[in-house]
Amino acid sequence: MKKEHEHKAKKYGMVIDLDKCTGCGACMVACMAENNVPFRADETDKLLSITWMRVYKLTNAMPFPKTEICYLPRPCMHCEGSHGHSPCVSVCPATATDYSEATGIVSQIYTRCFGCRYCMAACPYHARYFNWWDPVWPEGMEKYLSPNVSPRMRGIVEKCSFCFHRYQLAMEKAHYEGRHGLEEDEYQTSCTQACPAGAITFGDLNNPHHAVYKLKKSENAFRLLERLGTNPKVYYTSSRKWVRQAGDNYLRDEKDNVIDKSKFRN
Amino acid sequence: MFPFIFEWIWDMSHIVFMGGLWYALNIIGIGMTYCIIKAVVDTYQGKGGHHHDEACECGCDNHH
Amino acid sequence: MDSALIPKGVRRCPLGHFVLFLAVVGAVLLWGVFAMVLCWIKGLNQTNMNDYYGFALWIWADLAVIALGGGAFFTGFLRYIIGKDELKNIINYAVLIGFICYSSALLILAIDIGQPLRGWFIFWHANVHSMLTEVAFCLSCYFAVLTIEYIPLILENRQADKVPFFHNLSHNMHEIMAVFAATGAFLSFFHQGSLGGVTGVLFGRPFGFREGVFIWPWTFFLFTWSAAACGPCFTILVTKITEAVTKKKLVKDNVIELLAKISGWMLLTYFVAKTIDTWYWASVTAPSMGFFLSDFYTGNPLYGWWILVTEIVVCGLVPALILITERGRKNKTSLVVAVVLASIGVSLNRWVMVLQVMAVPVMSFDNWAMYFPSWQEIATTILPVAYGIILIGISHRYLPIFPQEKELNPVD
Ligand code: SF4
Ligand code: SF4
Repeated sequence: MKKEHEHKAKKYGMVIDLDKCTGCGACMVACMAENNVPFRADETDKLLSITWMRVYKLTNAMPFPKTEICYLPRPCMHCEGSHGHSPCVSVCPATATDYSEATGIVSQIYTRCFGCRYCMAACPYHARYFNWWDPVWPEGMEKYLSPNVSPRMRGIVEKCSFCFHRYQLAMEKAHYEGRHGLEEDEYQTSCTQACPAGAITFGDLNNPHHAVYKLKKSENAFRLLERLGTNPKVYYTSSRKWVRQAGDNYLRDEKDNVIDKSKFRN
Repeated sequence: MFPFIFEWIWDMSHIVFMGGLWYALNIIGIGMTYCIIKAVVDTYQGKGGHHHDEACECGCDNHH
Repeated sequence: MDSALIPKGVRRCPLGHFVLFLAVVGAVLLWGVFAMVLCWIKGLNQTNMNDYYGFALWIWADLAVIALGGGAFFTGFLRYIIGKDELKNIINYAVLIGFICYSSALLILAIDIGQPLRGWFIFWHANVHSMLTEVAFCLSCYFAVLTIEYIPLILENRQADKVPFFHNLSHNMHEIMAVFAATGAFLSFFHQGSLGGVTGVLFGRPFGFREGVFIWPWTFFLFTWSAAACGPCFTILVTKITEAVTKKKLVKDNVIELLAKISGWMLLTYFVAKTIDTWYWASVTAPSMGFFLSDFYTGNPLYGWWILVTEIVVCGLVPALILITERGRKNKTSLVVAVVLASIGVSLNRWVMVLQVMAVPVMSFDNWAMYFPSWQEIATTILPVAYGIILIGISHRYLPIFPQEKELNPVD
């Protein structure tokens, strides 16, 4: 039984429990440190900040005392797409971003991307970021950069890679030890490990032995913008109905709709 | 763009797309080569030496 | 002083005036060049683009100039393939305008990409599934075709023509121009279309996404169609402006009216197609993704219903009706109003298909994003306009662009 799974194509993904997430932002910090994400002295304009992992704040827009808040961490969804095309992969004119059939990970080839930003226009989750500036780290901080992740140059696009370098390292180790597959805990993303609430679970969505396999089947599970057919590999769970519905767009008169999305916007 | 670049795959989309491209490029290339070679030959045969004021003997659009 | 270069039998302003004109427009051009150099040296942080607006003013400018330059391929198609012979009197100018538009588009693209030195990757590592790849290939090839169509004009300059080789070359190129024009029409069909496909295929963006046939979304066909309809209108508009500036009639009315009439019918059919497309998208495509039409046009300071009405009715139906009626075409004012509206309409459509697509929030908890270009973006967008004016000025002065000019303005 186990052998079979080892040979089946992997499909890495996440299940994020929104009832557990406190919005502390540890995942964002861990991600930036792990992946050498550049930042500037002034990061007030969030539309210019590079945040591979970004925590959004949602509200049900009800008056006190019914007000509820939910924090939603948003990495790249590593969309599989519906007709064999991820939204961003199929549009890149230079084949600089690729969908791996072996892992389900959408990669970004920094040395190939020429910065046309078509992929950014294609991604409805705003998971892609452009390097508007050259990366500059505060004096001495370059010593703390991870040697496993190449820093990116100005003028190209970058995004969450599901810490792909960790996958490579784990596979290398397994190879030397004569193993084919990886144990669940051998490959985990930085954000997953950093989350103090344990809200993020990461693993192979195709592998019944991995926790995500069961979690994604929860009746409270949903994905963002499923209706667009992007087929994301990041699942969310929440016991609150309005949170689940905030994950997609519904017509006002649609059956069961409990939210008025125009009120969500702040 | 060329079959020797590593992302090239021999599939329908590449054949159709690149087929169209190379077809157009060839027409442009062959057309221009023809014009230039013929112009060289014509020049050696002494054509086109008429003074500007005269009508073009070849009947082209020039100076009509 | 430069009279030896000026075509025989036509009148031109004194060289001093001309140089002054070049200097004034040249100053604007230099401003644009300065902004362009800034963008190349310092990077795209010189713009007001951001991670929500990866596509902005420049991409709009690209789409708009290519649509407006569509006059070249469509006039060429009508003249060489359909055989509308009268159009030979305006085809030179259509080619020149097309040449300017396409060279501008390529220049803007070269500024727009984050790593200009890697621009060739789009050809080398081409992803044949991307609409942008198709755009890049067809655009460059068609630019080559336009250059080929423009070269004989340059060679017809009085001095150049004295060289037998140049004369023969230009003659030979004229001989097989139909082949080039046909190739140009083929290439144009595809790149105009794939420019429409650029947003049409974005299934993550319900505002831009359209269904379609095979790999082509409806916007593919709508863009080609609108470019064929409005491109010639822009050619007419520029011709009228040139006539006003030079205070001379340069093209006979019957030629203009023929082109206007064809444009009118193209525009009317485009209006019908665009209306059907909009209706289907509003009632089937967008709702299937959870969006009402009102989600796209309310809740933000700029993109209201007015934009839909302006684009489709005021700048689509109205000019179409003017151009298809004989009275409308023959009246100078209404003709100019119609071609101005059509040119604005197609530019507005391109704006909507780029900028509004970026502005509309897709995730239910996301917000509308607004954008205003930086001066560097504006300057680099005006740069091609200045360049175009200069190239038209020089070409008009020294090349026989308008075959009917002599006849219409006899020099005694
Ligand atoms: S979330 Fe965006 S960047 Fe990530 S795979 Fe999906 S479309 Fe591409
Ligand atoms: S910005 Fe880079 S990765 Fe994105 S589409 Fe353009 S070349 Fe491809």
